[in-house]
Amino acid sequence: MSATGRAFASRHLLGIEGLGADELVLLLDLGERFLELGERPIKKVPTLRGRTVINLFLEASTRTRTSFEIAAKRLSADAVNVSGSGSSTSKGESLLDTARNLVAMRPDVVVLRHQASGAAEFVARHVDAAVVNAGDGTHEHPTQALLDASTIRHHKGSIAGLEIAIVGDIEHSRVARSNLYALTRLGANVRLCAPFTMMPQGIESLAGDHRRQVSTHARLESALEGADVVMMLRIQRERMGDGPARFPTNREYSRHFGLSPRTVAFAKPDAILMHPGPINRGVEMDPTIADGPRSVVLEQVTRGVAIRMAVLYVLGTGGAVPSEFGSA
Amino acid sequence: MTTAVGTEAERKLLDPPGVERALESLASSLVSRHGGASSLALVGIRTGGYDLAERLASILAREGASVPLGAIDIALYRDDVFEGLPRPAVGSTELPFSLPGRVVVLVDDVLYTGRTVRAALDALIDYGRPRAVELAVLVDRGHRELPIQPDHVGLRVETTRQEQVEVLGARVPAATRVVVRARSPR
Repeated sequence: MSATGRAFASRHLLGIEGLGADELVLLLDLGERFLELGERPIKKVPTLRGRTVINLFLEASTRTRTSFEIAAKRLSADAVNVSGSGSSTSKGESLLDTARNLVAMRPDVVVLRHQASGAAEFVARHVDAAVVNAGDGTHEHPTQALLDASTIRHHKGSIAGLEIAIVGDIEHSRVARSNLYALTRLGANVRLCAPFTMMPQGIESLAGDHRRQVSTHARLESALEGADVVMMLRIQRERMGDGPARFPTNREYSRHFGLSPRTVAFAKPDAILMHPGPINRGVEMDPTIADGPRSVVLEQVTRGVAIRMAVLYVLGTGGAVPSEFGSA
Repeated sequence: MTTAVGTEAERKLLDPPGVERALESLASSLVSRHGGASSLALVGIRTGGYDLAERLASILAREGASVPLGAIDIALYRDDVFEGLPRPAVGSTELPFSLPGRVVVLVDDVLYTGRTVRAALDALIDYGRPRAVELAVLVDRGHRELPIQPDHVGLRVETTRQEQVEVLGARVPAATRVVVRARSPR
């Protein structure tokens, strides 16, 4: 038992932006170990027995909430779900009051989804519990980026040097932002592709020292040319607010920015095709693509549980992560 | 305690031939109790126990008994994850055989408090219900904190809690040795 513990830089997981490549790799490696647990007849280990995880989801979500709930339960933590509708926030209680009241019940971890960017960090600053950001507005969705990186690494062996296209509403996508941080730090070249109306200017600068690994594309064909990985984003009309429409019709968006048998041919023949879900079939992805042999959409979901177990394990046991992993 | 400890940095308990003899005696203890090895499976506790289980399996194979070999990782079953100690790595568990009907021999390098074995029993039983579970250890150094005793022992040795017993170089038969030394300060 020579492996020594190493402090995880933060007590919380608020975003990928604050993590280094070594921390990302540790979470990915740990996620691989937890993947095995899902294949066992008894899908549960006693590690977090007696710990309490509150899933505070103040914005609609099925997949992510269920994924966190299963992850907590497989670690034997008690998971409690609080959703927006039917909670006191719908009676006008502020986020801070809700969080303080829940934390007064002494949970160990609060998993927060909220429509406001920065909500997780705000709560983390004011309450005494580990906070996991499960999506805050258009800011970050760190566990999604981790599960995407896990899926990519599994299929491609390594992330360094890959050409990865991220296509869709880059402006409003927290998935794109978290992936931009994670994938560039792990050495990939990231091509962001969106209509002009959904591409923030200067987004490359988010990648900091890695900004030269980022390119922007207004045409899908140029983004996909020779790509190893294609990640489609969901068109989220609910995030676009009341302003003018960003594109005329779904049909037109689909024709220019949707993944179809015609456009997918620009990517490498062995490119994997990803989507964080839920898919607008026929808009971002043609059904034959979404259900085709190169789609890894459901594997992303499976890996999501394992990655969230890794995060809850690290934060729920006090933030130390092993510096090396058991030999095979 | 008659042995003078602390006067020298390291005391040798078993040299490589001694380790080999201890493993051979474990193998013959298993065979004589079970009249062969056909119902057995060896499961090494990661990481130290697995290397020895591998060696035990090859000794049994030399004597004509092919015994399935597995590995169990107990990191997620430990009772000290919240104690703030350096945490061991999370390894993989591989049990490439079914447990029901089988006599599983848990193999570990050094038996001390018994807490590792407790965790291994919990982990094992999550994979199925073996007919029986036995415990084989290369070294039993005493100081149990749980009611757990070995069924097969290579070497029993008296130690103090201030000492540390280590199996070194378990992967290389010609280099494997067992030493006792003063516990290194954390």
